[in-house]
Amino acid sequence: MTSGTTAPFLTEADIDEIALGAAVLGTGGGGDPHVGSLIAKRLIRLHGPVPLVAVDELTDDDFVIPIGGIGAPSVSVERIQAESELLAALHAIERAVGRKATAVMPIEVGGGNSMIPIAAAALAGLPVVDGDAMGRAFPEAQMVTFHLAGYGPGTTVLVDHHGNEVVSRPVDGGWSERIARAVTVEMGGGATMIDYAYGGEVVRECAIPGTLGLAQRIGRILRGRDADGRELRDDERIDALCADLDAVRLFDGKVADLQRSVDGGFTRGAAELVGVGADRGSAFRLDCQNEMLLGRRDGVLAAVTPDLIAVLDLATGMPITTESLRYGARVAVIAIPCHDKWRTPIGLETAGPAHFGYDVEWVPVEDIAQRSGAHTTDEEAA
Amino acid sequence: MAGRYRIGIDVGGTNTDAVILDERLDVVASVKRPTTADTGDGVAAAIDAVLAASGVDAALIGHAMLGTTHCTNAIVERRGLGRVGILRLGAPATTAVPPLEGWPDDLRAAIGDHAHLLAGGFEVDGRVLSPIDEDAVREACARMRGEVDAVAVVGVFAPIDESQEERVAEIVTEELGVPVSRSARIGSLGLLERENATVLNAALMQTLRQMAAGFVAALRERGIPATPYFGQNDGTLMQLEYALEFPVLTIGCGPTNSIRGAAHLSGATDALVVDIGGTTTDIGVLVDGFPRQSAHAVEIGGIRTNFRMPDVLSVGLGGGTIIRETADGTTVGPDSVGYRLPQEGLAFGGSTLTATDIALAVGGAEIDGLVAPAVPGAVGAAAWAAMREILEDSIDRMKPNAAPVPVILVGGGGIIAPTELDGVAELIRPDHFGAANAVGAALGEVAGQIEKIYRVDPTDQRASRADAAAEATARARLAGADPATIEVVAVEELPVAYSDGTAVLIRARAVGRLAA
Repeated sequence: MTSGTTAPFLTEADIDEIALGAAVLGTGGGGDPHVGSLIAKRLIRLHGPVPLVAVDELTDDDFVIPIGGIGAPSVSVERIQAESELLAALHAIERAVGRKATAVMPIEVGGGNSMIPIAAAALAGLPVVDGDAMGRAFPEAQMVTFHLAGYGPGTTVLVDHHGNEVVSRPVDGGWSERIARAVTVEMGGGATMIDYAYGGEVVRECAIPGTLGLAQRIGRILRGRDADGRELRDDERIDALCADLDAVRLFDGKVADLQRSVDGGFTRGAAELVGVGADRGSAFRLDCQNEMLLGRRDGVLAAVTPDLIAVLDLATGMPITTESLRYGARVAVIAIPCHDKWRTPIGLETAGPAHFGYDVEWVPVEDIAQRSGAHTTDEEAA
Repeated sequence: MAGRYRIGIDVGGTNTDAVILDERLDVVASVKRPTTADTGDGVAAAIDAVLAASGVDAALIGHAMLGTTHCTNAIVERRGLGRVGILRLGAPATTAVPPLEGWPDDLRAAIGDHAHLLAGGFEVDGRVLSPIDEDAVREACARMRGEVDAVAVVGVFAPIDESQEERVAEIVTEELGVPVSRSARIGSLGLLERENATVLNAALMQTLRQMAAGFVAALRERGIPATPYFGQNDGTLMQLEYALEFPVLTIGCGPTNSIRGAAHLSGATDALVVDIGGTTTDIGVLVDGFPRQSAHAVEIGGIRTNFRMPDVLSVGLGGGTIIRETADGTTVGPDSVGYRLPQEGLAFGGSTLTATDIALAVGGAEIDGLVAPAVPGAVGAAAWAAMREILEDSIDRMKPNAAPVPVILVGGGGIIAPTELDGVAELIRPDHFGAANAVGAALGEVAGQIEKIYRVDPTDQRASRADAAAEATARARLAGADPATIEVVAVEELPVAYSDGTAVLIRARAVGRLAA
């Protein structure tokens, strides 16, 4: 994945582009960034643009706070956050750790949690780090690059709209997830959370750099402008996006069958596609657990987690979530190579196919594409 | 016998259609008149024309139904909207996005700046988020006195528990005496979308009141003793009083009426309705006799709402769609000569090659008095194939599953459709297809619907289902249904994620025939 080129400040005008790109990186899950984008735009309007700091610009004196929302999407769109939760959470971690925050960052760039750190940064007058700890969206709290490098969640903070603050020191990511879930239910199914708050040296080591800029580039292309500012027709956008991301256009098809069930906080299911256009005559199966995790073309592995699988509307390029997939939808399935941090033994153990119960071996999506001769955009880009 | 006829009127952007149905719901007569700036004039003219065409005695008309895009246009054009006070009950939560955030400036200006975020709301598990502060409500009312025409009351998780919204509405009525819209009665979960719909509803109250007054006067002046009804977006009717309380529900009734009318004229209950006009083809889905509703957030005039709307796919293919020969081959649209087809189409003596010309040239259609225009064979075949593919693709996209479906073809551009299409079980072209909208408006069923989160014992959800069904039935009665005919047609349950497992969202819907 290439890193993003970013402006030094995020303004109101940048937010819709980042939100759209974040929905693509959400790979079908991660929550709708719409409410978060309204919060971020409003707070930037009231408090001014947010400085963007690159991961490699962080110094050892920095104290970086990943902040986001946890809980059910159905709660976050109804009982919208209290503005006070953002500062309360920042102040709570500062008090608990005894260190002043110097920057905030997204823990997860995919979906709605791309927006909350920008809103918090605007309100607190802090910069936001152009990077995150997933480079996508994942459903569980330990699926972060800090964990891959051996760092635990550290001091965690959960704050609600009443001003309740729960500060804990879970022994590992699994306990963090368990405690956070229990507290979140008592807080009414949603809360603002901080975990993995570390100094600049740890963030430099662990964070995936450039992911907010990446989200913005994706959003800009899907809204019809390429990296050089050239206008893109509707039908050029998906290919332009693949060229920019070194992504593989796996399959063009329409949804022919859907199975879906809600189980705990998870939407599990599968979609069967039949090919259209150049893919006519082939079939494709997508498996999802909140996020799209596994794609098979005519029964043969095409891409699997931790590589990113995104489903886009074939006509407009707009991302489609797992929940809004429906029969007859014309879609393009693309796969974006995940960051190298996930392509390690610990990365694959944490978020590879086996963890999600899929009986396939992970193979880099670009290798599969090359082997099968799928229309990767590498040649076009070269 | 009194009341044996019913009159249906559809006020569209271009035409006002009127139709009279007899007691068997067969069409007696249908007419088209131009829509007028003061919609009441066009409605009156259409009523006069259909009475004359049918020869029916005005005194024998028992029901009068009006479908209109008037409220939609008021929002889109920001015209004739009331000033709205907004009381959101949600503090200390929800402060990160205050009311009207993201609204276009001109629409905000039209309804005024009277939003208050007060204590209140519930949690997803039914606990009180915050009790309401009655003094604060009265204070907000004092600040809005004389400044607002209606008030929207919007509580967090009000679809779970309406009690706070009810109490606040009582206080507003006491203090201000203006109409009140409550969110739990308008929309489902999703605070901002529900709030937007509730605010629009409040803003439209006086808009619809004026329109209704014109309609009622037109009926009275002609000696029509009918009960007036309004069409709503789910294909059912509302009594006048109910419509005045929920004007926002009239939005989207146009496509719905077309789908319902097509269903009635053809006798089908499960089918696709393909309405081919001059510029676009609109495809809706008929399920159990009602239009399938959209699952997505619906934008009206630039704001997101979540109220019920028919799921309609619009594609750029109509009778006037322009066909071009280019270096890349033959292209179809998406632009159209529209209502100028009878002047500009090749077959009509004009110089533009249109979809209608292609249909005539390849022998897919015939029009009395017209000779098929000369079109090179390859162009005709390519365009005809492309038109067919657009229709087949769009039909396939809207089908509820892979099985072939019956398709009902309505609209003036219907002749451009081939007689056979892939994936289509049967192609039905009903009589009176031009009057489908007005027929849809005249069809006499009324519904009540509820969507609410219940706390349930997982081993026994029957009590909650029964409660939801009873509430839907009560709402159908309020909407004007004959209690003896009300049937609960659907009860759906959806689990709520991340709760402790006992919260269930239940939707229930009841439908009955119009009370005589």
